[in-house]
Amino acid sequence: MADGNIASGLSQDDDVLNEAASWRKDGRNVALATVVSTWGSSPRPVGSHLAVNENGKIVGSVSGGCIEGAVVTEAMDVMESGKPKTLEYGVTNELAWEVGLACGGSIHVYVEKVE
Amino acid sequence: MKQETLSQILEDQAGKKAVALVTDMEAGDQTLVYRDSANGPEQDNAEILNIARHAMQDDRSKIHEIGGRKYFVEVFNPPLRMLIVGAVHIAQPLSRMASVAGYDVTVIDPRASFATDERFPGITLNGEWPDDGMRELDPDRRTAVITLTHDPKLDDPGLEVALKSDAFYIGALGSRKTHAGRVERLTAAGFTEAEVSRIHAPVGLAIGSISPAEIAVSILAQVTEVLHRKVEARAAA
Repeated sequence: MADGNIASGLSQDDDVLNEAASWRKDGRNVALATVVSTWGSSPRPVGSHLAVNENGKIVGSVSGGCIEGAVVTEAMDVMESGKPKTLEYGVTNELAWEVGLACGGSIHVYVEKVE
Repeated sequence: MKQETLSQILEDQAGKKAVALVTDMEAGDQTLVYRDSANGPEQDNAEILNIARHAMQDDRSKIHEIGGRKYFVEVFNPPLRMLIVGAVHIAQPLSRMASVAGYDVTVIDPRASFATDERFPGITLNGEWPDDGMRELDPDRRTAVITLTHDPKLDDPGLEVALKSDAFYIGALGSRKTHAGRVERLTAAGFTEAEVSRIHAPVGLAIGSISPAEIAVSILAQVTEVLHRKVEARAAA
C-alpha cells in the first residue's frame, strides 16, 4: 500500500512489475510473462502479468491459476536462453487440458527475460 | 525486456503518464511510445507510432501485424478516475469498491464534517465547492462523475461542469421525480436535451439495491458497463 490507496496491490498489475524490477535490482534472474491475446472465456485479460525469478518465486497471474505451473516452467527456460517465446494454451493444446484450462478459452502468453 | 525499459514504465506509471510498450514478438526488441515522443528501435516508424497512440486512446492492448511482423502493443495508461460529489454514506462503500476496481477516486465535498479521513481512509478528498473542485480535476474521457448529495446546491454545479467535459460516465443519485426537477433546472441553465440525457438517473443498474453498499455495487456495475460498451463501440468504428 505504497500510496495509501486501499486498492493498490489488489487490482493493478503495477505490483507485479515493481516486484520484477526489484528482483532484478537485487541481481536475480527474472522472466516476465504477459497475456497478449485471449479467445473465449479466458479469466485474465490481455496485459495481465506474471513474473518469476530464478528461485521460482512468482508474483501475478496470467490465468485463473490453471496454466501458471506450465508458464513458470517455460519462463525458467527463457531465463536461461534469453530468447523470448510466445506460448499458446487452449482447446487445441493438449497440455492446456492436462494442466487444466477448463474454462474453454485460449490464450497466448509472451514470455521474456528481464535483461 | 531491458531493465531500464521496465524502470521507465514504472516511473511513468508513478507519474501518471500514459505510455505504450511496442514489442517485436520475434526479435524481442521494444519501443516506448508517448503522445509526443518515442524511444526505441521503432521510434521513427510512423505506422507503429500511429497504431500505438490509437491503442492508448482506446485503452486497448493487442497484437498488431505490421509489415508481416507481429507486434504486441501494450498500453500503460494512468488509472481511470472517479469523481464523486458528496462525502455521504453511499460514497464510503462506493469509493472503496471503485478503488479496488482500479479507479483513482476523489470525493468532492465542501462540508468539512462529511469529508473526513476517518470516513474515507486512503481516499483523496477535495474540499472545494463542487464546480470549482470539478473544474480543478478536469474530467476527461477516462473519468466517471457521480453526484450523491441529493442537494441541488451541491450536485448541480458539479454536473454543470461535468456535462461540459468528455467524462465517459455521468450519474446522479435521486428518484425519477428528483431527476425531473434536475432536468428542468439544467435545461433552464441552457443545456440541451441531448446534453442532459448523458446523465444516468436514477443512478446505477436496477438490481434492487437497498443498503448503501448495494447501491454502490449497482453504480459501479453501471459505470463498468458504460466503460466497456464505449470502448467496444470505438474499437468497432
